[in-house]
Amino acid sequence: MRLAWGLVAPLGLAYAAFFLAPLLILGVVSFYQDEAMTEFGTAQWRRFLLDQFHWKVIGDTLLLGLKTVAATLLLGLPLALVYRAASARWQRVLLFIVVMPLLTSVVVRTFAWIVILGREGLVNRLVLDLGLAAEPLRLLQTELGLVISLTQIEMPLLLLPVLAVMVRIDPNVLDASASLGASRWRTLFRVILPLAAPGIAAGCALVFASATTAFISQSVIGGSRLVYLPAMIWQQAMVVAHWPFAATAAISLLLSVSAVIAVIATAGRIAAGRVEAPTHG
Amino acid sequence: MARRPNLGAASYVLVVGLLAALALLILVGPVLVVLATSLTDSRAIRFPPQGLSLRWYELLLDTVRSRPIHRAAGNTLQVAALAAGLATLLGTAAAIGISTLRGRLGRLMDAFFLSPLVLPGLAFGLAALVYFTLLRLRPSLELLVIGHFIVITPFVLRTVGASMSQLDPALPEASRSLGAGPWRTFRRVTLPLIAPGIAAGGFLAFMASVDNVPVSLFLSSARTDMLPIRMWGMMESTLDVRVAAVSGLLILAAFLLMLVMERLTGLTRRIRG
Repeated sequence: MRLAWGLVAPLGLAYAAFFLAPLLILGVVSFYQDEAMTEFGTAQWRRFLLDQFHWKVIGDTLLLGLKTVAATLLLGLPLALVYRAASARWQRVLLFIVVMPLLTSVVVRTFAWIVILGREGLVNRLVLDLGLAAEPLRLLQTELGLVISLTQIEMPLLLLPVLAVMVRIDPNVLDASASLGASRWRTLFRVILPLAAPGIAAGCALVFASATTAFISQSVIGGSRLVYLPAMIWQQAMVVAHWPFAATAAISLLLSVSAVIAVIATAGRIAAGRVEAPTHG
Repeated sequence: MARRPNLGAASYVLVVGLLAALALLILVGPVLVVLATSLTDSRAIRFPPQGLSLRWYELLLDTVRSRPIHRAAGNTLQVAALAAGLATLLGTAAAIGISTLRGRLGRLMDAFFLSPLVLPGLAFGLAALVYFTLLRLRPSLELLVIGHFIVITPFVLRTVGASMSQLDPALPEASRSLGAGPWRTFRRVTLPLIAPGIAAGGFLAFMASVDNVPVSLFLSSARTDMLPIRMWGMMESTLDVRVAAVSGLLILAAFLLMLVMERLTGLTRRIRG
């Protein structure tokens, strides 16, 4: 026991000094009255919370995260189902394909979508050549383009925990469900998804956290007309140099994202409890 | 299961198959698009690229004209090596310690150390900048190392933690009952068994540092420029085609490193968990 604490202590102290302390100080800074940080008060919080524009920005940011989660689920879950049923050899190949984008920089993946969605990009090339539209479509600097890009950028974060739970589902349970007369859709919704719920919830939380804080993707693909909290924080901190206000916005981002993640985690626990077949392992 | 092939089963295969194919296309396509774009001969970023050449790679490797990019890449590698080293050392020790703490306390410590994964990175980046500035520290590579270290350590904790939980407790016990001391048991039995987990965690931490934006955004300066931040600048201003060449090199490096690490540590399975 003494040895265990000795091993944990160095990292614990480092986290206390360089992780907890900075976040606490950030909280304190948000309670400075003015830009020069001379007296305490709630001026920044009032300024932030009493302005409807800021609520719209918070709402847009959380909505962007939820749309990205929905899109990654729509495409990622079917891929995970294919993975579960694949042979060991194909599982290795699929896993490699999933991990590969994760290890190529977020900036590289953002750049890829500029090439694909731009005025002279791949999508517009196809659309014009096939005669689907007379004019190039505007995809960059739209929320649709941003959600499509974030879907690819964040999908590995959803897939890794989901694949981990998928391979642990006992095939006998699925056979039992089928032999009791359940259709494949019913087996999917009543057996597979509830069994995979903890992994799905973990993946959704990672995707949500990452998409809502993806400053470079948001600003490069979304453009300056779509305002999300990260851009506002960066602008206030680095361009306007108004730290108390930037701190207020950053803590709002932290609290609102954490609240949604707590909801996702709870939903995952409830869904996991609703399995109808005997669980395994 | 195929006793009653019906509309339901067919629609299941069709829908799941199509969506999964789309998922694969969307995962792989962009990587290939970047590689193709980097080989263009034109000054504009277009797809498909017009004429093949390596001119943007040549310009990128030019030590005079691409000096700022080289400096940013050097800073990035230096910070990543130091931060990943620190994360591997402290993270491994903590993961081993946590694995022997049973029950609620161990889980609590684990959740605390993993929290940077789901915490908005941008909020921590700003917090670090405010904190270091109030401590009257000027922007430097050392501060970047500390900031990166915090956000990449969870990768080490996860892989080493998983290795520790798969470790057969009978092995260290056997070693001790045969008369080996705790240190000798650790070095000759435990460490070799969890080494692949440590290597995989260190590698992931390194890659996460190279890739980091939210912390570098606030802690880097003109003197301590980092590669992702410089690439962002190149994309925002003129859409310099060298971005494609840098991206091509990064993809190639990630691909090769991944193959090596897969051989050495079974990396992808460790990432999956």
